Amino acid sequence: MIKIKELWVNLGDFELEGIDLDIQKGEYFIILGPTGAGKTVLLESIAGIYPLKGGKIWLDGREVTRFPAEKRRIGFVYQDYVLFPHLSVKENISFSLKLRKERGEEVEEKVSRMAELLRISHLLGRNPATLSGGEKQKVALARALIIEPNLLLLDEPLSAVDPQNRQDLQREIKRIHHKLGVTTIHVTHDFEEAISLGDRIAVLGEGKLRQVGTAEQIFCYPESEFVAQFTQLNQAKREMLLSMLRVKKSSQGEDSSWAI
Amino acid sequence: MKVRSGMTITFIALGSIILLFLLLPLLKMIFSSSSQTLIDTLLSSEVRDAIWLSVYAALVATTIGLFLGVPLAYLLARLDFGGKRIIESLIDIPIVVPHSAAGIALLFVFGEKFFLGKAFHAIGIDFVDATPGIVIAMLFVSLPFLVDSAKEGFRKVDPRMEKVARTLGASPWQAFFKISLPLAWRSILAGSIMMWARGISEFGAVLILAYHPMVASILVWERFETYGLYWSRPVAVLLILVCLILFLSFRFIGSREKA
Repeated sequence: MIKIKELWVNLGDFELEGIDLDIQKGEYFIILGPTGAGKTVLLESIAGIYPLKGGKIWLDGREVTRFPAEKRRIGFVYQDYVLFPHLSVKENISFSLKLRKERGEEVEEKVSRMAELLRISHLLGRNPATLSGGEKQKVALARALIIEPNLLLLDEPLSAVDPQNRQDLQREIKRIHHKLGVTTIHVTHDFEEAISLGDRIAVLGEGKLRQVGTAEQIFCYPESEFVAQFTQLNQAKREMLLSMLRVKKSSQGEDSSWAI
Repeated sequence: MKVRSGMTITFIALGSIILLFLLLPLLKMIFSSSSQTLIDTLLSSEVRDAIWLSVYAALVATTIGLFLGVPLAYLLARLDFGGKRIIESLIDIPIVVPHSAAGIALLFVFGEKFFLGKAFHAIGIDFVDATPGIVIAMLFVSLPFLVDSAKEGFRKVDPRMEKVARTLGASPWQAFFKISLPLAWRSILAGSIMMWARGISEFGAVLILAYHPMVASILVWERFETYGLYWSRPVAVLLILVCLILFLSFRFIGSREKA
């Protein structure tokens, strides 16, 4: 599990303030917010990329606030993949293993297992520049998951993928989360994505957490003017989201492994 | 057939004039020396030594530039801090000051009577009329080419690459050496070639600081002053050919790597 207490990050022209979060082990947690809300900064702060001005972070009961990024074992996937362009797909995925100086056979085995899990075995020899958006995102996921992270951070992982492949990738993410059970924080501004994937949702606005709850609580019972305005939709879109919520609720009621 | 606009034709004409202006003196000089004269000149140990010293000293200057200039270029590309513009302007100063003035400025620091000159003299390194003097003169005037090119190279590398590398277990050093440096190396190589070539052709600063041992550019000038055009020309041609061959070879290696 991850626990964040009064996180405070100051980047000069932008501040994250008073962030408190408690995320359960294996939970798929969504951070929802408009552009400029500080979603990426929050993820990068959790990952250890920005030093905190205040607050504390615990990961699986251990305080990691002062740990540098490389010691936290947190997987990170950016919206636009950020694959290393001078390395092949295989070298991208095995990057962390080679840093840890793992034996050649072990590296081969882990890479091929991860590639199979993400169904990208046929891409291992390719250069990242030759891949489609969806393929790149799967490679980025494989690269992050191969470190066997305590926590996986996904920064709008579907927004750079074309609509055709977005559904497929969303399904893949659900499947992989279900299979590996990695605690995941997924940042998005897309309501459907949030409802479809998230166990719980936090709304972030102007550097502050505005509400944390289930999709139903966020969309049906907003606790503040900000959340009410942010989740305001036209009638048709609202109907669609509510029906998504109903489907999700009933599938959760029947079987807790609704995600697949 | 492709129809070109009047503007394109005008620009081609204007561009051709400036290209001819650049090429004509070089080609005229190269082809007005007979191959026998060039071979005789090359057989002279004085000429060979001078060309070798130019190439060698510029190479040492470039190596020092890589070691000290690349970290600075990285910092300038990655960090925002007060006074950054001033530092960037400082780096470019050697491009705009007359190189003879740069030589005098260096003499005031590395001359035997001045503090750094004295300090280095104590450990057996002298700059005036010595190879280290040639190296620092070349380093001073040609460093901006390397730093500016490396800085642009690092700027083109998405800083998030390093962030991802860090989350994958890389220390800041590993992220630099395994991600940023390999991705910026083409710009660093291009800057190094420019720095090296500029170093080989340096005259003004070297003249002031270290007339002896003689580098090729000084030898050309000395022969011109002492014996006139006929005797200086073959040395000048050889120097141009050496620069051209080195420059084109490295460019070729760079483009092959890219392919």
